[in-house]
Amino acid sequence: MRPAHLTARRLATSLLVLAAALAVTLLAATLIGPAPASLRVALAPGGEATPDYAILFRARLPRVLLAAVVGGSLAAAGAALQALLLNPIAEPHLLGISAGAAVAGVIAIVAGADAASAVVPLAAFLGALGMITFVYLGARAAGRASPHAILLVGVVCNALAAAAIMLANAIVSYTQAQGILFWIMGSLSTQGYALVAVAAAYALVGVAWIVRHAQDLNLLALGEESALELGVEVERTRRAVFVAASLLVGAAVAVSGMIGFVGLIVPHLLRLAAGTDHRLLVPASFLGGATFLVVADTVARTALAPAELPVGVVTALLGGPFFIWLLRRSLVRGMA
Amino acid sequence: MTPAIAGEGLAYDYGRGAVLDGVNLAVAAGEIVGVIGPNGSGKTTLVRLLAGVIRPGAGHVMLEGTRLDALARRDIARRLAVVPQDSALEFPFTALEVVLMGRAPHLPPLAFPRARDLDIARAAMARLEVAAVEDRALVQLSGGERQRVLLARALAQEPRVLLLDEPTTHLDLRHQTGIYDTVRALTRASGVAVLSVLHDLNLAALYCDRLLLLAAGRVVAHGTPAEVLRAPLLSEAYGVPVHVGTNAATGTPIVLPLPAPS
Repeated sequence: MRPAHLTARRLATSLLVLAAALAVTLLAATLIGPAPASLRVALAPGGEATPDYAILFRARLPRVLLAAVVGGSLAAAGAALQALLLNPIAEPHLLGISAGAAVAGVIAIVAGADAASAVVPLAAFLGALGMITFVYLGARAAGRASPHAILLVGVVCNALAAAAIMLANAIVSYTQAQGILFWIMGSLSTQGYALVAVAAAYALVGVAWIVRHAQDLNLLALGEESALELGVEVERTRRAVFVAASLLVGAAVAVSGMIGFVGLIVPHLLRLAAGTDHRLLVPASFLGGATFLVVADTVARTALAPAELPVGVVTALLGGPFFIWLLRRSLVRGMA
Repeated sequence: MTPAIAGEGLAYDYGRGAVLDGVNLAVAAGEIVGVIGPNGSGKTTLVRLLAGVIRPGAGHVMLEGTRLDALARRDIARRLAVVPQDSALEFPFTALEVVLMGRAPHLPPLAFPRARDLDIARAAMARLEVAAVEDRALVQLSGGERQRVLLARALAQEPRVLLLDEPTTHLDLRHQTGIYDTVRALTRASGVAVLSVLHDLNLAALYCDRLLLLAAGRVVAHGTPAEVLRAPLLSEAYGVPVHVGTNAATGTPIVLPLPAPS
């Protein structure tokens, strides 16, 4: 049984354990792969010229690090959105927020931006922010956005976004369509450290911003009126967290395409294990999401080697049934 | 003396006609004022206005002499606490975590509760007999336990003004009186001003210093329980014949509904 409330000591211990698990996973994932590579050879004097070095440090490590940043961003955004929307089954992908980011990214590419440039993450951030706002306002009635209404509006927005992307594909040139398809399908592969750095910068700002509002998220999880009565400036907090979550989702989509369910599975399991206090849950979700997606991506690139699965397939195969289980449970409890 | 909380000419309109119109009231420190009236008479709206959750269409709320809309939310929360009818909680916060949230307005945004905050929270829980469930998730508690945890949270806020919106709806007889015994002890000992919406007129008669009878958004009677709990007034407001007698044990009024004349 976990203690009845969060202390600074438990916060530190929990985050240290999760960080250690992430470090081990990063190392293991870098060493695992279809092509054999020896860390000892790569790190020996003159090792930079060896194929082992190229495999470990030019192919695998950037990919593993990118998976970590993307997984962490999506999970932290999921945790924040769940508190803000009072909805334990909110998730960036399900609510159409990832799709909003994708549409904006596609528009940027169609307008001539290079898919690997810094313009695309910015566009994706704005797309995510626009979609969060749209879904929230669309689902809100009589001062309250019910969890079911949010999910329904999100589903419709997903469908609209998919149609918009197909439309864009139909009207652009063949090479542009190929570029869009490649970007949307998303992949963590063939990315350099520069992209990792961009995504990490967005993640750092986004997570720090959410953590700054973590206590307000705790109070908001009691309901909007209770939060007001306990001194939370609800509208200001909501805007801040929407922007921060959009930064996280926008950057994740821009560098890796659409990867679903990370933001659902990870915060939920952590809530069961470590409690609901968002001062712990948000950073823990970042570390746990990072670990989760690194593992999922390792499965994606090794399970059918030499063929590679999109990592979104792995997360969806795990996350779909999990989502239905969560939904069933909340329906049974009569509060979804 | 400046009242702890006062409403001056309060009106509110959800868009389908006035819910409250021209309501004046004042609650002094150390006093328990009950708000009674039939369903839809505007009782809950009045609590939301006084808490600053919604803004009045006309009139204003004064909290210890300052207009409510001139105060920051945190300043209000340090002085005024609300106990809702119930709490819809989707997340498994423990009972102690929920009570500690009452300390949030007194702490810097990311600070952990100090030993003093824990003492205050645990004392409030002990007072309401929910200390034993502090490590259980609020969603797993019974309706009565949950309600007492929410009152403990309000006490942990150490407010000067306490607003209660039918806090005893889910409670059995012992805990109904238990909650109001606690509230009364608090007002007498530390001068907290209490405004409570009550469904149960007999409970209102037992614990309130003054009563406010609302009907169709207006104050139709105002005074001591003996002045307000009179058969003609109540029959008119509730639209049902009632019998008002005297509680032999306390000398306060008791109100009984009567069947419609056949």
